[in-house]
Amino acid sequence: MNRLLTGAGLLLVLMLGCSHRLVAQDDLLSLLGEEETTDYATASFKTNRVINMHSLENTHSGVLDFKINHRFGMLNQGAYDLFGLDNASIRLGLDYGVTRNLQIGVGRSTFQKMVDGYAKYRILHQSTGKRNMPITLTAVAGMYVNTLKWADPDRENYFSSRLSYTFQALIGRKFNDWITVQLAPTLIHRNLVGTFAEENDVYGIGIGVRQRITRRVTLNAEYMYLLPDQVREGIMNSFSIGADIETGGHVFQLHLTNSTGMAEPAAFTETTGDWLDGGIHFGFNISRVFTIVKPKI
Amino acid sequence: MNKTFFLLLLAAAFAGQVNAQKYFTRDGTISFSASSPLEKIEATSRGATAVIDAASGAVEFAVLIKGFIFEKALMQEHFNENYLESTKYPKATFKGKIANIEEVKWDKDGSYPVKVKGMMTMHGVTKEIKGQGNIRVQGGRIIASSDLELPLSDYEISIPSVVADKISKTAKVRVEVALAELKR
Repeated sequence: MNRLLTGAGLLLVLMLGCSHRLVAQDDLLSLLGEEETTDYATASFKTNRVINMHSLENTHSGVLDFKINHRFGMLNQGAYDLFGLDNASIRLGLDYGVTRNLQIGVGRSTFQKMVDGYAKYRILHQSTGKRNMPITLTAVAGMYVNTLKWADPDRENYFSSRLSYTFQALIGRKFNDWITVQLAPTLIHRNLVGTFAEENDVYGIGIGVRQRITRRVTLNAEYMYLLPDQVREGIMNSFSIGADIETGGHVFQLHLTNSTGMAEPAAFTETTGDWLDGGIHFGFNISRVFTIVKPKI
Repeated sequence: MNKTFFLLLLAAAFAGQVNAQKYFTRDGTISFSASSPLEKIEATSRGATAVIDAASGAVEFAVLIKGFIFEKALMQEHFNENYLESTKYPKATFKGKIANIEEVKWDKDGSYPVKVKGMMTMHGVTKEIKGQGNIRVQGGRIIASSDLELPLSDYEISIPSVVADKISKTAKVRVEVALAELKR
């Protein structure tokens, strides 16, 4: 009996020892349990603009993005102007990421000698994991000052007449590493318009898409549809198509667009180029980023 | 008779516990450098998980690729998007064994060099690697560290010719984790 029990005890020792050995060979990290993290969608676009329109992406926190946007003249200007290459319309801009979700910026354009400033805030950020969010939602508010000399300096002119505003929501989703789509309901308010036929408030709905074709190149397109009877005769909806090419610290955006201006009121309510008639600008945006505030590591 | 039995049972339980002694961390530091004379390419993650089995010498590490923080945000974006493809391959893992684990005196202050060998998985590619490490025991604190060199081409991380001069062909990886006893 005694011997039997001792034997059983020994067997138990062996078994326990073995069982621990077995555990040891199992997946060790599973002992810690799975810690769930939130995986945010990043790089839905190569930069913070689709082409003229703001994209779902914000400038990273602590980063300054210097933008040189350039549009040549229109292709239908013909050989005399070298199909538009003799002309230029530019916007120089600075974008800065104040926090992860807040971006501010300023710019100065040739078109209407316009000075602009805006704030862009990401309200919802597409994510999976612990926090699941199917879309990104961003709000953009911009203010614009036309600084051209008064057309008629003799009459009483108000500074407020120079101002216009944009309020825009960006709702979109990065469907996978390749395709991102965004919708942009937009309100552009002009304090002063030229004729009674024009509305001060112009409503539009924009769409922006990007299709990645290689790791470093994407195709982009954007379209801003303006609801009818809000702008003067001859104003076209803005449509642009182009490619983003990323090389280390730069992003080059090359595109064709019928918009001459680049700030929102200029691009979306002052577009006169007609795609069907060769009213197309060749243009580019160059983005160069500088790290101002280094992240804590 | 009964006494012997219970003593044995006790011994078994103890033996089991000693065998099962494991050390772990959830906030280990893993940093790497693929710098070239032209460009500083460095990143650090402070969220590496690791478990070391003191009995068998089995070792496991895991780190989220998106957890690596770079000085330049754009570089971090490209690292995730173009090089490591972190949406597709979110983690880098190491599963291996310390060959001379019995030389480590877990309860005695000292620095114990160890030899590690195992399988490294990164960017969807698994490779066998060997390396030297160190386990330092100091006043109840246990710090395991290692320096590794990983050729990027081993893990099918392609570098376009335009930036080939800016990125080192080999990533120097530094692992340093403070371990705590794993109680279950």
